Amino acid sequence: MIAFILIVLLLVLMLAAAVYAIVQKDLLYAVIATGIISLVLSILFYMLQAPDVALTEAAIGVALTTIIFVITIRNTVRMEDESDRDKNIKSTTK
Amino acid sequence: MKKVLVILLLAVVGFYISETFFDIGFGNTHFVQNDQIKPVKDTYLQQTVQTLKVSNTVTSIVVNFRGFDTLGEVTVLFLSVTALGSILYKRRHHVGERSVLFSASSIVTSGSKLLFPAIVLLGTYVFIHGHLSPGGGFQGGVIIATGFLLMLLAYENYSVSHTNLAVIESLAGITFAGVGLLGFMNGGTFLQNFLPGGVLNDLFSGGVIPIIYIAVGFKVAAELTGVIYTVLNEKGEYNG
Repeated sequence: MIAFILIVLLLVLMLAAAVYAIVQKDLLYAVIATGIISLVLSILFYMLQAPDVALTEAAIGVALTTIIFVITIRNTVRMEDESDRDKNIKSTTK
Repeated sequence: MKKVLVILLLAVVGFYISETFFDIGFGNTHFVQNDQIKPVKDTYLQQTVQTLKVSNTVTSIVVNFRGFDTLGEVTVLFLSVTALGSILYKRRHHVGERSVLFSASSIVTSGSKLLFPAIVLLGTYVFIHGHLSPGGGFQGGVIIATGFLLMLLAYENYSVSHTNLAVIESLAGITFAGVGLLGFMNGGTFLQNFLPGGVLNDLFSGGVIPIIYIAVGFKVAAELTGVIYTVLNEKGEYNG
């Protein structure tokens, strides 16, 4: 019963992080939220007796993907904004 | 008119795909071979313990029973890394300078120097013990790449030799394919397990499974380290 409640709580946390990642305009926060999704997912995989998949998810989803997204954001734009996108399109078509 | 055509085309494709899927019969507990009904999961579990002497069933399925799929996975990773490199690695022999906002403090640098060997050791442990404990080549390789990422972030002028990475990656890939070809010995098939199984729960057991997983671990580590290094050294040309 406790495990079931914990699983439901983790699922709710995952959903909340996913919604936050979509709504948030600051892309850095959104990327951290996606990292939280992966972290919770790896805990869930471990609870569902799939340690192999949990290891993969923890290594790739939490560490590698998040860091690569953070580096990409640092080299491009941080805010998801319409004016930024227009500027970007203009600079590429120039 | 165009939209109607597209919808019609999608409907036809969807119909045939769904028909194929209905014929497969997912979740069947038996398969028929030579007019004999055999349960799938029992065969895998029995073969894993009795013939292969491997304690991790996931590994035995991924590397032995479905070894060709794993070769395909490794190829997919290799292709994606090649595509990324061809897009980002424009200037040969002249990688762009790393853009650094502020240099790392001495706590971070000495901490990463302390952690780096431990992380590499953990990754090596994970892929060497792939047939005994959870984990395997992919996971271990990613953990090692994370260690290199830590060093690259902490030290501004820490660099990895692309030539060495390419050599390691090619050798590991050749090892995987070569072990697969050696399976033709004794009239076997591609990627057949031709070495003896050994003793259950021993480090040197499971035939060719440890060899393949060590090769996969080196390959994945080299590829992902190359990806991180290339992305980090990409000069931010767009100043937003």
